[in-house]
This record gives sequence, structure tokens and C-alpha cells, in this order.
Amino acid sequence: MKKVEAIIRTAKFEEVHTELAKIGIRFMTYSEVKGIGMEPTAKHEYRGAAYDIGFIPRIRLEIAVSDDMVDKLIDCLLKTAYTGKVGDGKIFVYDVAEVYRIRTKEKGDKAL
Amino acid sequence: METVSTAYHRNLCQSQRLALQKNKKTSLLLLPFLILTLLLVSNFSFAINILPDSTIVADSSAAVADSAVVATVTEVVETVAPPTYDKGDVAWMLVCTALVLMMSVPALALFYGGLVRSKNILSMLMQVFVTFSMISVLWCIYGYSLAFTEGNAFIGGFSRLFLNGTFDSATGAFSMAATFSKGVVLPELVFVAFQCTFAAITCALILGAVAERMKFSAVLVFMVIWFTFSYIPVAHMVWFWMGPDAYTDASVVDAMNAKAGLIWQWGALDFAGGTVVHINCAIAGLIGAFLVGKRAGFGKEPMPPHNLTLTMIGASMLWFGWFGFNAGSALEANGVAALAFINTFLATACAVMAWTIGEWIFRGKPSMLGAASGAVAGLVAITPAAGNVGIAGAFAIGTIAGFVCLWGVNGLKKMLKADDSLDVFGVHGLGGITGALLTGVFNSPDLGGPGLVVDWVTVKVGYPGIGAQLWIQLKAVVLTLAWSGIVAAIAYKIAGLVTGGLRPSEEDERKGLDEADHAEQAYNV
Repeated sequence: MKKVEAIIRTAKFEEVHTELAKIGIRFMTYSEVKGIGMEPTAKHEYRGAAYDIGFIPRIRLEIAVSDDMVDKLIDCLLKTAYTGKVGDGKIFVYDVAEVYRIRTKEKGDKAL
Repeated sequence: METVSTAYHRNLCQSQRLALQKNKKTSLLLLPFLILTLLLVSNFSFAINILPDSTIVADSSAAVADSAVVATVTEVVETVAPPTYDKGDVAWMLVCTALVLMMSVPALALFYGGLVRSKNILSMLMQVFVTFSMISVLWCIYGYSLAFTEGNAFIGGFSRLFLNGTFDSATGAFSMAATFSKGVVLPELVFVAFQCTFAAITCALILGAVAERMKFSAVLVFMVIWFTFSYIPVAHMVWFWMGPDAYTDASVVDAMNAKAGLIWQWGALDFAGGTVVHINCAIAGLIGAFLVGKRAGFGKEPMPPHNLTLTMIGASMLWFGWFGFNAGSALEANGVAALAFINTFLATACAVMAWTIGEWIFRGKPSMLGAASGAVAGLVAITPAAGNVGIAGAFAIGTIAGFVCLWGVNGLKKMLKADDSLDVFGVHGLGGITGALLTGVFNSPDLGGPGLVVDWVTVKVGYPGIGAQLWIQLKAVVLTLAWSGIVAAIAYKIAGLVTGGLRPSEEDERKGLDEADHAEQAYNV
């Protein structure tokens, strides 16, 4: 089992999760996150007082899948979250030691 | 029988004493109110004759509006029937009064509230709400009397303390106040209420300059002092006069002029409060920004507005309410009111366009906050001019004010190095000064203005010349700046002493005034 964590553009979220549903991935956790990177941050100015908002907004997806699904998932993400410009994001893949479903007390692949 | 009654009496006294002891604390608190009520009752028992002037020619045609507002008609001629007011005028002025109330609560409160950080919005709303209410109470106790009754050139008298004499409950008679037309009157209570909203909003406007860091208790103490020693005298100096009906004959002109306020005597034009309201509050705000000091973290940490949607709603409601403020200052539903109305409309739109275009050029992108600020700048600048200039004047004043105030919040603010949090001086100060000076210019009939009344006996309209009128306007501006500035400085010092410091501790300020002063939170999501 693997956990795939992807940081993607906020504007790409709708497209990504629609495409993931098509390959059978209907479960995920996502959050709005702030980051700092190579991309310049937005500058706001209020009546002459200029502020750098100081962060880049992104969406973080966390998806746990069985080993046979990992490649399909990565392919899908690489394709749909792509624009070619700086700031498209990153994908991290981790090994998962165990998974439990709280309701049924199932574990392993069955719990995914 | 007698004994019983005495015993009963004694029992009663005893039980009262007991009750008093039990509620000693409450009774002490109630004492001031008791005294107040007694004063009120005793005042009304002296209810004076309130039948107004007799020699009235019905003439509802608009006298070209002068700067000053009104004196109460105090001469009493008992043999004649009271003059009737026009029901249209009364209806119009009551609506205008309610419109001006809306400018403070909620419009100004929302406009300011959106501009502060989310931890301070309730403090902003609360300061405006309570200042407005407190000044309204003081207005009815002594403010109106000191501002709008006969006294000297600087301040009025006490004849209308607790609004004494405005309504005689025994006969059901109402006293009348003069307007700008001979023979046209309003129930004085309408004028009291209309002017009450002006006094209250002027005080509330100051709050933007000291937002996010002045203690609630210090705010209230400051407001009482500043209102009493700056708002009231300036309103009296600019707006108090004996009314058109007092000018019966050339022989009384000098005597009547001498009874008017100092700035009115100079001949300064201020239709709806360029000096009295905007310059007055703006300099008090700027002095506050210096004396209260900068917000913790100012210049180092970002302090962006937390909700510009509220600010836009507030600015729009200000615009709407300002029709009551400016057009209502004609005191009659007539042509001058119509002129003031369209000028308020047009100058504001011009200022929005000027600010937007200015930002587009100098900042790269036009902002919503800029457009809302432009609207307020235009409204402020057209205030002294509303019924005193023609359409050309409205175009010019609105456009110039838009650019001037844009510089006020960008250039001037950096030069002053004060943390005038919500740009009270940049917008109300510069806008007010621009408007007050240009009123003198565009009042000229050569520039499409209506001119001003130079002789109130015959209601003759003239114009002293641009240079001469501009000089008078400048004197009015400088006197207001100096007067209010000095009073404000003293008032902040006293407020600081009385409340143990103008500011909360830095820890409380960081937490936010909503929590520190009011123990509540605006957004529980």
C-alpha cells in the first residue's frame, strides 16, 4: 500500500479530482495549504500601503491506494495537474505500514 | 386613628430605609439619573412662550442658500396666529434626518469596520455606535442649546437646555425654527433632530484615525470633551444666525449680524459642514494619530483590511444617506435642495472616476477600496458646496477632490509619518479643505454658481469676487483647524489621565480590541 501526497495548483483541483474518479479513485483527503517556492507571491496595495501576501496558495491531496493502483494514479496526476509553468507542484509517494477501517475493523487492502 | 396612621407611616419609612440600605449600590448608580430627571422636569415647568414671529410673508421660493444654517425664532408676538410650516418641508426634513442617522449607523461603522483587521471590527462598530448615541444624548441635554441659541460669537446660551421650550405640553404648541426663506419655518424639534445627527456623525468620524488601538473608555471621555469644546463652538461660529425673518429693516442689520457666529459674520460659506463636520473631525483625528501613537507592528507587519465588501456597502450607504445630509441642509424641499441633491450625485461620481483613473495610472490596477474612497472624498468635498455652487462647480470639485485625496492617502500620509489608520485626514481633511476653498470659487455666478445673499433685508444676491471670498473661506478653514486641533490635543491628554492611558496594553492590542474591550468575537466560524 502507498500513500500519494500531491501538491497541485488550486485552479487544477476540479479537473484532477474529476479525472481521478474516472480511473476509480473516489476517496481522498484534501486541504488548502500555503507554501513558499520559486513562484513570486502576490502583492496587494491598500491606499498606498503595499503588502506582499507572502505565500502561494495550493491544494494538497492525500490518497492511499493499493500497490497496483499507484502507477495509474501517478500517470493521471502528472497529466491533469500539468501546465508546464513554474509552480505545477510535486508528488510524494510513501509506503504505508498498515491501514484500518474504523467502522468494520478491517485491515490491509480491504480497508482502503 | 392618628396613631395608626403614624405607625403606618413610620413602618413605611423604615421599610424604605431598609430597601435603600439593601440596594445602596443601585441607588447610588441611579442618583445621577434622578438629578437629571429633576432638572428636566424643572426646566419644562418654565416652558417659555413659543409662539414665533408674526410678520411673515408666505414666500416659499428659494432664497439662494447661504452658508449658515439657522437661528431659532425667539421673538414673541402674542397677538397673532403662529405661522404654519409647510408639511412638505417637514416630511422632507424628517426623512433627511433619518438618512443622516443611517450614515453613522450602520454606514460609517461598516465602512470603517471593513477596513480594520478581523480582531478589531466589533470595537470599531461599537465605538461608532456608542459615540453616536452618547453625543445624541449630550446634544439634547446641552449641545443644541450651546450651538444654536443666542450667546456670543463663539458659543450660544443655555435657553434650550434639555430642549426646554421647544414643545409646550400644556397648549400643544411647538416652537418654530427659521429656514433660509423669509416666512418659512420648521418645527424647531425637526431642526434639533437634524442637527443632532450631524454632531453625532462628526464625532464618530474621528474614530477612524485612532482605530485598532485606543481604549473604549478613553474614546468616550475624549468624545465628551471634544464635542463640548470643539464641535459645539465651531457649529455655532459657522452656522448660528438670527434667521432671515430677523432682518426686517436696514437699521437692524448690524445688530442682527453681531448676534451671529463669528465665521458666519465673516461671510464664510459652508452649506452642510465642510468646516464644521469634516475639517473639524479630520484634524482631531490626525492629532489623535500622533498622540495615541502607531499601532503595534505598524510598518513592519501587514495590516490589510479584513472585509472590503463591508467597506463597499458602507460607502454606498454613505452616498445614499448623504443626500439627506446635503440636500437636507437646504432646510426646505425646494430648488436649492434639488441643486444640492444633483451636486452630491455628480461630484461623488466624478471623484470615483478620478480616483479610479488615478490608481489605474499610478498603481497599475484600479481597486474597489480606491473607488469607495473616491466616493467618500467626493462627498466630503461637495458638502460645503452642495447648494452653493452650480453644476460646473460639482464637476470640478468632485474631480479635483478625487485626485487630491488620492494623493492624501498615498503621498501626504507618508510625509506626515502618522498612523492615521483609516485615512481620516487624507480623505476628510484634504477633501474638506479642498471643498471649503473651492466653494468660495465656484459660488461665483461667472462660474455657474448661484452667488450668495449679500443683503438679508431685501434678499439681494451678489458675490464679493473670487479673491475676496476665497480669503474668507481660507480664514474659516484655518480657524477650524487651529481650534479643533488645540481642543483635541487637550482632550486626548485629559482622556489619557482619566482612564489611565489612551491605549490598552500591547498584549491586549495584539489580542485585538474585540477581546480586550468587549470580550466578544465577530466571527465564530
